[in-house]
Amino acid sequence: MVEQSIGKSVLRKEDQRFITGKGRYTGDIDLRGQTYGYFVRSPYAHAVVGEIDTSEAESMSGVVAVLTGKQVAEDELGGLPCGWMIHSKDGGEMKQPLHPVMAATKVNYVGEPVALVVAESFDEAKNAAEHVSVDYEELPAVVSTAAAQSAPDIYTEAPGNTCYQWELGEKEATDAAIEGAAHVTRYTLTNNRLIPNALEPRAAIADFNTGTEELTLYTTSQNPHLARLILTAFVQIAPEHKLRIIAPDVGGGFGSKIFVYSEETALAWASMKLGVAIKWTAERSESFLADAHGRDHVSDAELAMDEEGNFLALRVKTTANMGAYLSTFASAVPTYLYGTLLAGQYKTPNIYVEVDSVFTNTAPVDAYRGAGRPEATFLLERIVDLAAKELGIDPAELRRKNMIQPADFPYQTPVALEYDIGDYEASLNKAMEMADYAGFAGRKADSEANGKLRGIGLSCYIEACGLAPSALAGALGAGVGLWESGEVRVNPTGSVTVMTGTHSHGQGHETTFAQLVASRFGISVDDVEVVHGDTGKMDFGLGTYGSRSLSVGGSALSVAADKVVEKGRKIAAHLLEGDVDNIDFEDGEFRLKESNRSKTFQEIAFAAYVPHDYPIEELEPGLAEKAFYDPVNFTYPAGTHICEVEIDPETGVTEITKFTAVDDFGTIINPMIVDGQVHGGVAQGIGQAMLEQCVYDESGQLQTGSFMDYCMPRADDLPKFTVGMTTTVCTHNPVGAKGCGEAGAIGSPPAVINAITDAVGVRDISMPATPEKIWRAVQEVRS
Amino acid sequence: MYDFNYHKPGSIDEAIQLFTGAEDGVYLAGGHTLLPSMKQRLASPTDVIDLAGIGGLSGIEDVDAVLEIGALTAHDEVATSSVVQSEIPALAELASLIGDAQVRNRGTIGGSVSNSDPAADYPAGVLGLGAEIVTNKRSIAADDFFTAMFETALEEGELLTKIKFPKPEAAAYVKFPNPASRYATVGVFIARTGSGVRVAITGAAPSVFRSTDMEAALNGEFSVEALEGITLDAGEMNSDLHATAEYRAHLCTVMAKRAVRKLL
Repeated sequence: MVEQSIGKSVLRKEDQRFITGKGRYTGDIDLRGQTYGYFVRSPYAHAVVGEIDTSEAESMSGVVAVLTGKQVAEDELGGLPCGWMIHSKDGGEMKQPLHPVMAATKVNYVGEPVALVVAESFDEAKNAAEHVSVDYEELPAVVSTAAAQSAPDIYTEAPGNTCYQWELGEKEATDAAIEGAAHVTRYTLTNNRLIPNALEPRAAIADFNTGTEELTLYTTSQNPHLARLILTAFVQIAPEHKLRIIAPDVGGGFGSKIFVYSEETALAWASMKLGVAIKWTAERSESFLADAHGRDHVSDAELAMDEEGNFLALRVKTTANMGAYLSTFASAVPTYLYGTLLAGQYKTPNIYVEVDSVFTNTAPVDAYRGAGRPEATFLLERIVDLAAKELGIDPAELRRKNMIQPADFPYQTPVALEYDIGDYEASLNKAMEMADYAGFAGRKADSEANGKLRGIGLSCYIEACGLAPSALAGALGAGVGLWESGEVRVNPTGSVTVMTGTHSHGQGHETTFAQLVASRFGISVDDVEVVHGDTGKMDFGLGTYGSRSLSVGGSALSVAADKVVEKGRKIAAHLLEGDVDNIDFEDGEFRLKESNRSKTFQEIAFAAYVPHDYPIEELEPGLAEKAFYDPVNFTYPAGTHICEVEIDPETGVTEITKFTAVDDFGTIINPMIVDGQVHGGVAQGIGQAMLEQCVYDESGQLQTGSFMDYCMPRADDLPKFTVGMTTTVCTHNPVGAKGCGEAGAIGSPPAVINAITDAVGVRDISMPATPEKIWRAVQEVRS
Repeated sequence: MYDFNYHKPGSIDEAIQLFTGAEDGVYLAGGHTLLPSMKQRLASPTDVIDLAGIGGLSGIEDVDAVLEIGALTAHDEVATSSVVQSEIPALAELASLIGDAQVRNRGTIGGSVSNSDPAADYPAGVLGLGAEIVTNKRSIAADDFFTAMFETALEEGELLTKIKFPKPEAAAYVKFPNPASRYATVGVFIARTGSGVRVAITGAAPSVFRSTDMEAALNGEFSVEALEGITLDAGEMNSDLHATAEYRAHLCTVMAKRAVRKLL
């Protein structure tokens, strides 16, 4: 079994079905008699909704019904809630204007649903949608993040379009440290707005059974139980025990499928109202308009240092765009997933951060791969680089000088987090070696000889993952716990079915979790089936995001597997006629110490289910155990990314000649899957740094509404990645894992921009660093 | 996509007849512009006349000093044709830079040229080589063909059947792709011909055009230095999210220099 044990690159069990077209996505599911939904969406960013005339659409061929936001309001459906309460520095609660399932009186972004057409075919629904007549009275749109607070109010309950004004850290001490510092580096920056673009667009089928009064909702969710809780407790669609949510195979999420959206909620409501199953699949243009977007910050930052470059204080003021409504976790992203990360890998003694979150007439903004942590890392790793340049210190050395050292752990930062373990210098050293940092000057000279510019940039990132200790999350405003559940169900023949409350939508849990459990029991990964994504099958779960699945969900499985072994030892003690304390379990065998007697894992499983010779008075039959695991701390993956670029100064075209990522993810179960996560994350980070940009015009129309204008990274935009690992094992979870899903997207953007600015010799180039921006910067330097 | 009548005529005459009889007819070649527009409901023809059933509209012929390429010849066929690669390698290279493999295997030269997309690659090759556009009723010189953005000299219902490319002494195409769409932000095609140098530029302006300044300079001395100091008027250039007019004007000269360098 060695080749399948922890630390081995077992090929992904799920790929057989994915690469042979046998996956079962929501779009692959068709129910008998199902109808099709199509949404009428607002063409305006901000407008009063007047009369909606549905009569013509209702008379069209195949149309079952046309339901509007006004009917949603009449049925007194709850709004879509935001699950994280943020309090402003004055103690007031964040402003949370009603986020209606469909707009009834006012639309607040282009693409907001106002009506749902239900018809017997997709084409009929779409055709009829064009004939729903909506009277709009257009209002001026608020689009700019930076100018939102001085624009006309979108909501009367949110003056200055301000959702909250949050702070973290010691203001006075930070101000004083900056005041008296020998050197202060200042940086104003924008973190560009992104559109997630999962390969599979969002989709749902709502199926209400009028006989049982059960509603089944198939939907592209990263966390079906959470969706059920929200639809039950807040929107009040259906009682929890009558609502089953199935998230089958899901083709990527990157955060955008965490949230409960208007569409699946409207579908569920409509299915109950009409007594028919309704299917909806987003067209790609709908995904651009109405999936939650990511990032979109503007910030001012100041880093104070003494003469030697020791960091004294960091002060940050950020404005974060929430879009038109607070999406499911939107409020937490620029606060507890952002401000808390501003210590990075450094011993900065004083940190103070203020975040104003603002409403605009744009699509809602929420968690997107990294969620807050890329924004924090970009700000910090850029300003540290600028400081190094200003002080004339090598950027690597300035970082090294300020790094938290292994002996400092556990390390309490000035921004709430306590890092449990890490070795940042080890990652830095290994990355510099793998990137041949020392040989850079020679390569730069070669480039110059060819008329090219060459630059190198570092990023030493940290992230807080494994969301999260429930009590801490609750104290900070979370509306839910963030533990995870797992069940290890040993079947009578000794094969194992594993239930997890996390959800795999590309992460490879079916393999990783199988390896985790199989290696514990000494059985083959082929004898372990991982089941996820169905509220009807497993206990409550919190889903997959925040790089939490292995560190929290895997830990639950690890605890459950331990319980199975414990029970197995008791059964074995009975069968082997020994004391339970003398039963060892190793390599799939229960052995009685100091004897040659043993029972296999399979024999014990069989005995548990066919308890003819069994300690029935002391022990229940069966061999299935559950665990609910609540972590005691976040996990803190960290590492160093190094990007090297070569620029054609005539055009600004930039080639990444080498990208090196050295990460510390703690214990690694499957290195191949982890490498894949790093590759994907870095690709997304390079996309943010060089290619991707969501643009709205002044009237709030989306200018980048298709792949013709929204530039997704493609294989030929990317280098071959050089990936390495260093390891410090997480101290507080049984797996020792820290999480790896987001690191690539968090660590890479500042490395890229640091490299490009280094090559050009300018202070700053904003993301995305397009060829034209780079060319203009080159012109500026040369003039 | 709205409902429409689909026709698959077997001859050019039948196609013309169907077009004439249709309320709002449109020819379908590779469909790579038409079908997405229809799917997005931006185009709603009453009748789609599929040319795929008409024989003789596809293929490449080497006729003395001219390469004749049928209207329905796919980009990939041009890109990989040994005849094109040996006689006008720049045209094969241009075709290889269009879209992606899927596009190149469905999209056709006739469809692309008839569409006159300001960012398409082929118009640069057609104008740069001074090709002749042959239709069901006449022959049109490239210089007279591309009239404006998405507009050509083709009359209503007139069908492009083939394009005759005179073989140049040498030619080169250099493209700066739009990073998102991979259409040409700027594409410069330079041909040395018996009657002088031709420089055709696509992507930069509302329609493909010849740079007479560059041609004059290169006819004086065919060198990279000859283009030094020639800057096209940014006022005539396109501007969008990906490249301002000023940047495009700059790229025209840079790409032209690179094309010349390939020919030295």
